[in-house]
Amino acid sequence: MLSVQVFPTLNEAAGHLSGGAVYLAGGTLVMRRVNYGAAGLSGLVRATDPTIRSITAAGGGVRIGAGATMADVIAAPETAGLAVAAHSVGGPAIRNMATVGGNLFAPHPYGDFATALLALDARVEWADGRSEPMDSFLAGRANASGLVAAVTVPRVSGSEFRFRKMVRSKPAGASLVSIAVWLPGGRTQNCRIAFGAMGPTPLRAKAAEAALDGARLDTEGIQPALQACLQGLAPVDDPLASAWYRAEVAPIQLARLLLDQGGYEWPRHQ
Amino acid sequence: MAKTPVSFTLNDAETAVFVDGGANLLDVLRRGVGDLSPKIGCAQGTCGSCTVLIDGKPHLSCLTLAETIEGRRVETTGGLANGPDLHALQTAFMEGFAAQCGYCTAGMLMAAKALLDRNANPSRDEVIEAISGNLCRCTGYEPIVNAILAAAARQQGRAIV
Repeated sequence: MLSVQVFPTLNEAAGHLSGGAVYLAGGTLVMRRVNYGAAGLSGLVRATDPTIRSITAAGGGVRIGAGATMADVIAAPETAGLAVAAHSVGGPAIRNMATVGGNLFAPHPYGDFATALLALDARVEWADGRSEPMDSFLAGRANASGLVAAVTVPRVSGSEFRFRKMVRSKPAGASLVSIAVWLPGGRTQNCRIAFGAMGPTPLRAKAAEAALDGARLDTEGIQPALQACLQGLAPVDDPLASAWYRAEVAPIQLARLLLDQGGYEWPRHQ
Repeated sequence: MAKTPVSFTLNDAETAVFVDGGANLLDVLRRGVGDLSPKIGCAQGTCGSCTVLIDGKPHLSCLTLAETIEGRRVETTGGLANGPDLHALQTAFMEGFAAQCGYCTAGMLMAAKALLDRNANPSRDEVIEAISGNLCRCTGYEPIVNAILAAAARQQGRAIV
């Protein structure tokens, strides 16, 4: 039996995360651990503040509360451009439960929404007021302490943000590779390319970004980016796919995404 | 350690139960309340056999901390039939042989009910999407998809094609 502590705010909850107590949001990661023996867990901590899951316009961007579910992201007009990434997570029941904050910490091969946030240069806001860019958050997340309160992303249209996830079973399955590309203003200048399930955390393909910067989005124009896209990635073998297979298909999937060659369309609506 | 009292609506009946710290909703429904209709499959959110509706939306009861459903409305397969009258989905599953071993059926029915409650006339792709979180290892899914479409038609009084 575990102790469950409930607090009105995230800040108060954050103060009680020590000695093996973990924060419970949607439950899709933490309750798995609880159901399988709760090794290393001494208790659960929750917060009831309803604003944790709000999605609001903030400056030129959108602030997504860490408690917003994938279904909330799909439903909110402010995050319409991100719906494709939220929709790739699980089936309908998982999307009603799994939160944005949880996805930031989801281990391989999960974390497709975090991959999208990485490509959008999201800013991660901690409950204690600290904030940091998504890539530094991911680099340090294994040793992070505290609670994430929200992420802030630019408001993007469908043509600026592209997302693709390769799975064994459609429409729901865990990633073999997921790819998110941000083309600010629809152009390749200052583009961002992020891969999910190609390393211990979602990773940016910075060499490919540099190679694509200013290039044309046609078969020849994207070749340098395709050749560079595996630099810095660290795919592993898992029961879904080998590292070799992932490295073979990642450039092919990136090409299809950049050339807008369709493939499987994740439904836009819940 | 003290138990936590939780009260909620289960299939339109006011229900109150004491839960242990960390108990999931599935265990509380089956052992605490005695509703054996949701099934224990993987206990990790992969199979969907424990799917129930919370406030009308599908959730995985094995991954839901029981005390978070205080004051909420829970629906399970146990509440689908109205006395001796089966729900259109149950009838369609029977007539269409949409269950073989039957283990996934309770979760499939609830995922399908969530769809039909908000979309009375779904397309085939919408049905496939609605049950995409529910695994079936027997049927190959086609009889299940056909049964859900047939139930939608039956509910609307349309001819079943």
